Amino acid sequence: MSLTTTTRTRRLTAALAVTTALVLGATACGGTTKDDANKEAGSAAAGKADANAATKKGLSIAFLPKQVNNPYFTTSDNGGKKAVEGLGSTYKEVGTSSGTDTSGQVSYVNTLTQQQVDGIAVSAQDPGALCTALKQAMKNGVSVVTYDSDTKPDCRNVFVSQASAEDLGRTQVQQMAKQIGNKGEIAILSAAQTATNQNTWIDYMKDELKKPEYKDIKLVTTAYGDDDAQKSFQQTQGLLQEHPKLKGIISPTTVGIKAAAQYLSGSKYKGKVKLTGLGTPNDMRAYVKNGTVDAFELWDPAKLGALAAHTTVALESGQISGKEGQTFKAGDMGEFTIGKDGVVSLGKPTVFDKSNIDNFKF
Amino acid sequence: MTDITSPKPTARRGLAGAVRWDTAVGVLFVLLLLFSFSFVDNFGNALNVSFLIGNTLPIALIALPMTMLVISGEVDLSVGSTVGLSSAVMGALWNEGMAIETIIPLCLLLGVVCGLINGLLVTRLGLPSLAVTIGTMAAYRGIAQIILGSDSVTDFPSQYLDFGAGRIGDTFIPYAALPFVVLLGIAVVVLHATPVGRSLFAIGASEEAARFAGIRVKRLKLSMFVTTGVLSALTGVFWTLHYASARYDNATGLELSVIAAVLLGGIDFDGGKGTLGGAIAGVFLLGTLQNVMSLVNVSAQSQILVTGVLLVFSVLAPRVGRQIAQARARKKTVAAPPSSPAPATA
Repeated sequence: MSLTTTTRTRRLTAALAVTTALVLGATACGGTTKDDANKEAGSAAAGKADANAATKKGLSIAFLPKQVNNPYFTTSDNGGKKAVEGLGSTYKEVGTSSGTDTSGQVSYVNTLTQQQVDGIAVSAQDPGALCTALKQAMKNGVSVVTYDSDTKPDCRNVFVSQASAEDLGRTQVQQMAKQIGNKGEIAILSAAQTATNQNTWIDYMKDELKKPEYKDIKLVTTAYGDDDAQKSFQQTQGLLQEHPKLKGIISPTTVGIKAAAQYLSGSKYKGKVKLTGLGTPNDMRAYVKNGTVDAFELWDPAKLGALAAHTTVALESGQISGKEGQTFKAGDMGEFTIGKDGVVSLGKPTVFDKSNIDNFKF
Repeated sequence: MTDITSPKPTARRGLAGAVRWDTAVGVLFVLLLLFSFSFVDNFGNALNVSFLIGNTLPIALIALPMTMLVISGEVDLSVGSTVGLSSAVMGALWNEGMAIETIIPLCLLLGVVCGLINGLLVTRLGLPSLAVTIGTMAAYRGIAQIILGSDSVTDFPSQYLDFGAGRIGDTFIPYAALPFVVLLGIAVVVLHATPVGRSLFAIGASEEAARFAGIRVKRLKLSMFVTTGVLSALTGVFWTLHYASARYDNATGLELSVIAAVLLGGIDFDGGKGTLGGAIAGVFLLGTLQNVMSLVNVSAQSQILVTGVLLVFSVLAPRVGRQIAQARARKKTVAAPPSSPAPATA
């Protein structure tokens, strides 16, 4: 017995030595590195499209959200369901119960390919992980649309974007200007200092503020709450102490705006310092009703789902193929044009206030 | 004394011995396959079977050393985190511009280190492996997150991605299944036809007795933990290429799938009993069940429920069966002296 175990240990040591040698060898000879791997990029768009082709009926369209039973995706997928059924096709929703189960999402794409559905609308948990499976699906004749969260452009036909960064940035300034009567000091309460989407929006806000009609508005500072409720709460407190003349706060993050509203509603600034930004109706309902917040915005997830549904059906009907410049009709939502990299944008965000907030449940 | 080193004392136990659990799982797997081929739409084509195998491979790969560990009375819960760590390191080094031919062996070395840490803590400090590997499960995942953050790296060279996700021509066999078959062959021989395998069964049945019999228990266990670490790291490489995505949270919860499949395959959690055939049948039974449930539109939540019920049943059934058998044996041998006492069970 002892003989075999010692040989085994010796063998293990030998294996280790061989592996180390291999590593060193491979390092010396070079090999395939990131620089060698030239990737052929580009959109998956191919084939001709006829804008006047008839809308096909009886298609089977599947929605694959990042996570099932998440209120945001339930709202958007129900919007998709209504649109799909309105177009005379059948709808189904599948997906994982975790928002980070990428392998689960891959196997759902594979299953849908197997079931020979006509179109998949998917919100990708990861830009790369779904690629092989989605390419396989497209090869098997499935139309692939991403919504809310994109993959790499060559892994889908069209991406339905919730709103353009430019629209989100500019409209938040316009909303704030309206609330403070185009005059006074304002501040921004962002998420992390490194958050790419936040910084893009803030750049558009600053650009919008250069316009002459906003000459009396002064952006005094940008604070960072790191998308942490407690930190955002304290940052709001700090902003108001440092800038006693502050008239308004823009918080382009759902965590930040909720924390700021929570602080304002319990302070003497309630109703005096205006607050707007990006939030969800469920989070903000109480603060709109008690007068802390006049209006804030976000895209309407139900419309996002509906547009994803219309896009999928238009692709499957041959009205579009995903090339830049093609146009298609999305029912009563009007006409949409495909932009660069096969992206369709839902358009201006929806503004929520006292008059309409009860119509939204997400 | 002979009973201790004999791998399957159950074989001689009358009625319960005739219907061995791992054989039953194998039969169940074949029945499920026959049923699915005949009645489930879209199941039987080559593409779907290749999806099924590809999705099950990570579990199957780790099930090989896990079966041996559990047979020797230990367990490793850090395997999922080791997969994630190997994936994160692979992504980070690739971003640094290192060659993939260098990265892959480095990842395997990392697996050796992970396994050594587990194994040394268990064998040198005498800590229970359940506690040690719960700790390293958190630690390895934490290191993975520090290394790669919330990034995902996807731009690996296409020939490697094709190996991870592609299949041989139009057959149902994924490329990555070939190395697995080789590893499976090695594992079967080692566990069921060599002194090393017999020692593992002996340790699982009674560590004390195994030590007295001259088996180097600690050394053998250590090498099992290292093997588990290496195969987990290899799975990390495969996972990254299969899903074209290196992320720190890859394979979260994989350890549970592996342990569920191994237990379903009839490996006794108390050690000392089981076969690799049973474990692999358990792995592919669960994998096929999941594939079929997806094809017939069973929701994700119900799938988890079905797997859970099956697991509880698979842990319970052999024990209940054994107790019934023991009760019968006692009745029969009331007059005669007991022939062969059953090893310690519930």
